Amino acid sequence: MTTVLAPQTGIPLNPVTPLSAPFWDGCADGELRYQRCTDCGTANFTPTDLCRGCTSRGLEWRVSAGLGTVYSWTVVHRPVTPAFTTPYAVAIVDLDEGYRMLTNLIGIDADAVREGLRVRVDHHGVGGERVLPYFRPQFAPPTTGD
Amino acid sequence: MAPGSHPYRGVAIAGVHNTAQARALPGHTSLSITVDAVHGALADAGLTLDDVDGVSAADLSARLIHDLRVGPAWRGTQYGLGMIAEAAAAIAAGMCDVAVVASGEAGVYTERAATAPWTRPENEFVIPWGLFTAAEFALIARRHMIEYGTTEDQLAVVAATIRNNGHVNPDAVYHGRGPYTPADIRASRPIADPFRLLDCAITSEGGCALVLTAADRAPDLPHAPVYLLGMASDCLGPAYQHPPAYDLAGRRAGQPSAGLVGQRAADRAFRTAGLSRADVDVLELYDPFSFEVIRQLEAFGFCAPGEGGPFVADGHIAPDGNHPVTTDGGLLSYSHAGSNPQMLQRAIRAVQQVRGTCASTQIPGARVALASAGGSGALFSQVALFGTERP
Repeated sequence: MTTVLAPQTGIPLNPVTPLSAPFWDGCADGELRYQRCTDCGTANFTPTDLCRGCTSRGLEWRVSAGLGTVYSWTVVHRPVTPAFTTPYAVAIVDLDEGYRMLTNLIGIDADAVREGLRVRVDHHGVGGERVLPYFRPQFAPPTTGD
Repeated sequence: MAPGSHPYRGVAIAGVHNTAQARALPGHTSLSITVDAVHGALADAGLTLDDVDGVSAADLSARLIHDLRVGPAWRGTQYGLGMIAEAAAAIAAGMCDVAVVASGEAGVYTERAATAPWTRPENEFVIPWGLFTAAEFALIARRHMIEYGTTEDQLAVVAATIRNNGHVNPDAVYHGRGPYTPADIRASRPIADPFRLLDCAITSEGGCALVLTAADRAPDLPHAPVYLLGMASDCLGPAYQHPPAYDLAGRRAGQPSAGLVGQRAADRAFRTAGLSRADVDVLELYDPFSFEVIRQLEAFGFCAPGEGGPFVADGHIAPDGNHPVTTDGGLLSYSHAGSNPQMLQRAIRAVQQVRGTCASTQIPGARVALASAGGSGALFSQVALFGTERP
């Protein structure tokens, strides 16, 4: 049996901080934001007050095109807490701007995820005011067992 | 290293002890089971609380110094295998004479519908994605499978081997649960693929402790001393806050990435010990998940990167193989009593192996044992070497 992966609702969230607020505000507006260093150009994520490329404090928020590639993933069948519906697919996605995010994949069969899969951001509200940047296949979903 | 210059030459491991380990230890708290472990290790060393002037017990250090009334005393601040090296360095530097290194957990894991509390991240960019320790480590294992073709069958060989060591260990929480074949591992329910239930550490409660003394006291003690021959650790960042990526690396060229975390530490531990990989008789590898054993065999230099899967499938890690691993059943079967005890317990088993006192799966003639802790999914690794010969 295959399962098309879907967003969650009512999951645990941790408070937004002053450092991360611009990112979460962007999600609420349908934007995927990251910090770019004005000195060395490094794309930084998660939010930081120092560039991880050169330690500069010259960071500006940019909007990502929201396109990337699956670097690694795991389909979870035993949820971390009962608040999560299984299965869900945790993934590391390499964004085209040169940074990396943890996310969940949606809109694809759990068995069809592959390394190198092209994905695009797909924001979904998960309860309260929080909107999360899920990722789904950029192109037509592959069929199971391809 | 020149004779007499070894950093831990003046330090002996005089006592070790594990309390009873169980899925639950009703009536115990983390403090009470840790104190039981302290008493047990001191008895093993032929010493008493009156002899102790150093305590390392992570966040319980100061409380133990106060409640056991062993102060004023040296207080350790490290965790895992770093506790042992820190205590040994303190003795070598003249900061104390008898140090107790202890850890224990009980009564912590009560909400069984969720994964164990020490496996659940709290970071705002991690928690909404449903990660826990198994998923973190699965992301590294998956990448290894992509890069090198490592198979779930090879992972299952690791889990079956170590769980069978626990099956025959009367002290293991899962004593008598086997024996297992790799097919049994593959038939267990999926958790976070490629990991199935039997690829993952158990959860349990228990305490453990070691006693270190100045080596000049060793002739008066009941057991022949065991020596810390080398120890080092590697860290690539805070655990469970950033994507656990196989290729995560720092700025220095040529240094290992997260997939090989521990390589630098192993090189340094062997250099301090003046030993080579071939000198190691038994590897008490940290085994939170089956794949981590394959990864550590590569990172620590017992086989080349990418060769760990075929290496374990060829029988090297069996008790009668040339690299027997995790002989008490490890975290997969012996015990996984919280975040810190499980790491110290690899060292305790290593000491028991070179003493020759293991009740099960004693490796005949073992004189040098490697213990490890930490793992790629948590972005750190610790390596320690123990032996019977004074360095």
